[in-house]
Amino acid sequence: MRPFVYERAEDAAAAVRLATRPTREPPTRAPAQFLAGGTNIVDYMRLGVARPETLVDLNGLQAEHGRIEVGPEGLRLGALARMADVADHPAVARDYPVIAQALQASAGAQIRNMAALGGNVLQRTRCQYFRDVGWKACNKREPGSGCAAMGGVNRKHAVLGASDHCIATYAGDFGQALAALDAWVETLGPRGPRRIRFEDLHRPPGDTPHIETVLEPGELITAFVVPAGPWTRRSLYLKIRDRQSFEFALASAAVALELEGDVVRQVRIALGGVATRPWRAHEAEAVLLGRPLTPEAARAAAEAAFAPAVTHGANDFKPELGRRTLVRALLQAADIKA
Amino acid sequence: MTGSPSTVIAAPPSDPRAQVPIQLTVNGQTHRLSVDPRASLLDTLHGRLGLTGTKKGCDHGQCGACTVHLGGRRALACLTFAVAVREPVTTIEGLAGPEGRLHAMQQAFIDQDALQCGFCTPGQIMSAVACVHEGHAETEADIREFMSGNLCRCAAYPHIVKAIAQARPRMRRA
Repeated sequence: MRPFVYERAEDAAAAVRLATRPTREPPTRAPAQFLAGGTNIVDYMRLGVARPETLVDLNGLQAEHGRIEVGPEGLRLGALARMADVADHPAVARDYPVIAQALQASAGAQIRNMAALGGNVLQRTRCQYFRDVGWKACNKREPGSGCAAMGGVNRKHAVLGASDHCIATYAGDFGQALAALDAWVETLGPRGPRRIRFEDLHRPPGDTPHIETVLEPGELITAFVVPAGPWTRRSLYLKIRDRQSFEFALASAAVALELEGDVVRQVRIALGGVATRPWRAHEAEAVLLGRPLTPEAARAAAEAAFAPAVTHGANDFKPELGRRTLVRALLQAADIKA
Repeated sequence: MTGSPSTVIAAPPSDPRAQVPIQLTVNGQTHRLSVDPRASLLDTLHGRLGLTGTKKGCDHGQCGACTVHLGGRRALACLTFAVAVREPVTTIEGLAGPEGRLHAMQQAFIDQDALQCGFCTPGQIMSAVACVHEGHAETEADIREFMSGNLCRCAAYPHIVKAIAQARPRMRRA
C-alpha cells in the first residue's frame, strides 16, 4: 500500500478544508480522500487502485452526520449512518422498505456494521480489470489506457449506460433505492453547501469513465433526503445473484408503486447490476402509468427498460434476466401472483 | 459509547513515514504504541500485540476470518486501520471467562463439531456471538443469512448453524 498521511476531522468544515488540495483530478484520483467505514477504500488502497496521499478520517462526524430522521416530509439519512443501523431501523423498514431491503441485501453483516451510507453510494466498481492493476487497459483507472473488459471476461458487466470506453457495472444496491425514490444528496464542498438530485450524482462513463460523479475534490456528502410519498410504503428491492447472500447483483430492481385498485397512479423504478450507474428506468415507468398493473403490462415495462441494452458476449443473458427481475419485482410489489 | 478509550494521543504528523502514536484497548487492556498509518488492526493485533487468534484469510473483506468486535459490534479487522480505531476491541482471546471458562458459543462450536481445519473458527465465533446479540439468530434462515460474511472452506456450515442455535438460549440466560 502507498504511504499516506492520516488526518482526523472533527467537523464537516474541517473535513472539507483538510481534503481540499490543488488538483486537476476528480475526487477518486485526488491527493486527499475521505475515510469513513473504510470497507471500500482500504480494499482499493491495498490493491494499489486508490492512492491517496492523505486520508481524512470522518468518523468523528458521526454524532452530527450519522442520524436517521423519519418525519412527515420524508426521510433524512446522515451520510455517516451505518448501513446496518438504517437497515434495522423500524420506521425505515415500515415506511421505506425498498431502502431497508436494499441495504440488508448488501455485503455481509460485518461490512454493513462498518460501512457508511456516503461511502456506499460512492463505492467503486467490481470490474476485475479495474481491481487488478496487472491489467494495463482500464480507462477508469488509467484514463486513455483502453478497456480490457470490452473483449474480455464480461459476464457481470453493464448492458445499460455503457460507452465504448467503459462497461463497468455500478456495484451498489442502496443507490438504486435512492434513485427510485427521487432522493436528494446534500453536500458540503470548498464552495459551500449544495443539493444534488441523487439521479444526477453519478455520471455516465462516456469518454471519461474515471470521472464517476459530479462531486468536486474535497466535496463531502453530508446527508440523503428522501421525500415522503404514498408509493414509498409499497416498495421493494429484488436482487438476483450467483449465490443467495454476500454477493453483488447480476440484476436487481427497486420499485415503488401507488395503486388505485389495480391502476398505477405512481411508479418509480430503478435497476441495478445491469448498468454503469444507479439506473432510473423512466421509460418503463411511462409504460405503466395510468394502466392496470398486469403481468403483460409489467412485461411491456421491462421491454421498454431494456430496449437500449447493448451486450458484449458473456453478458448476453443480462437483458432477459433484468427483464424478468423487474417483472417479478413489480408483481410482488402489487401482490399479484404471476 | 461515550468517551474514547482508543485515541490518537498526539497530533498526526504530516510526513507519511512518521509513526502515529495511538492508544488501543483490546480485551480490556490498554496498549500505547506507535503505528504506521497503513497498519491494519488485524496486523497490529498479530504483529504488535501477539494476539494471533484473529486470522488473516483474504485481507480484502471477503472471508470474515478477521472478525472482531469494535465497541461490541462485529467488524473486519483487515479493513480497519489501527490509527482509526476509536472503540474498545474484543478478539477471540477476550471471549472466555476469567478462569478460562469457555463462552457458550465456544462450547457450542465444540459440542456441535462446528469446525474442521479451524482457520475460520475465531471469526465464525466472534460473528456468531454478535449475530445472537443483534437478534439475527432467531431462525435457521436468519442465521444463514446473517452469517453469510463468514466463509468456511471446509463447509462446516450445517454444524455452525446448529452451534449458534445451541448457544443462543444459553447466552440469554447468561
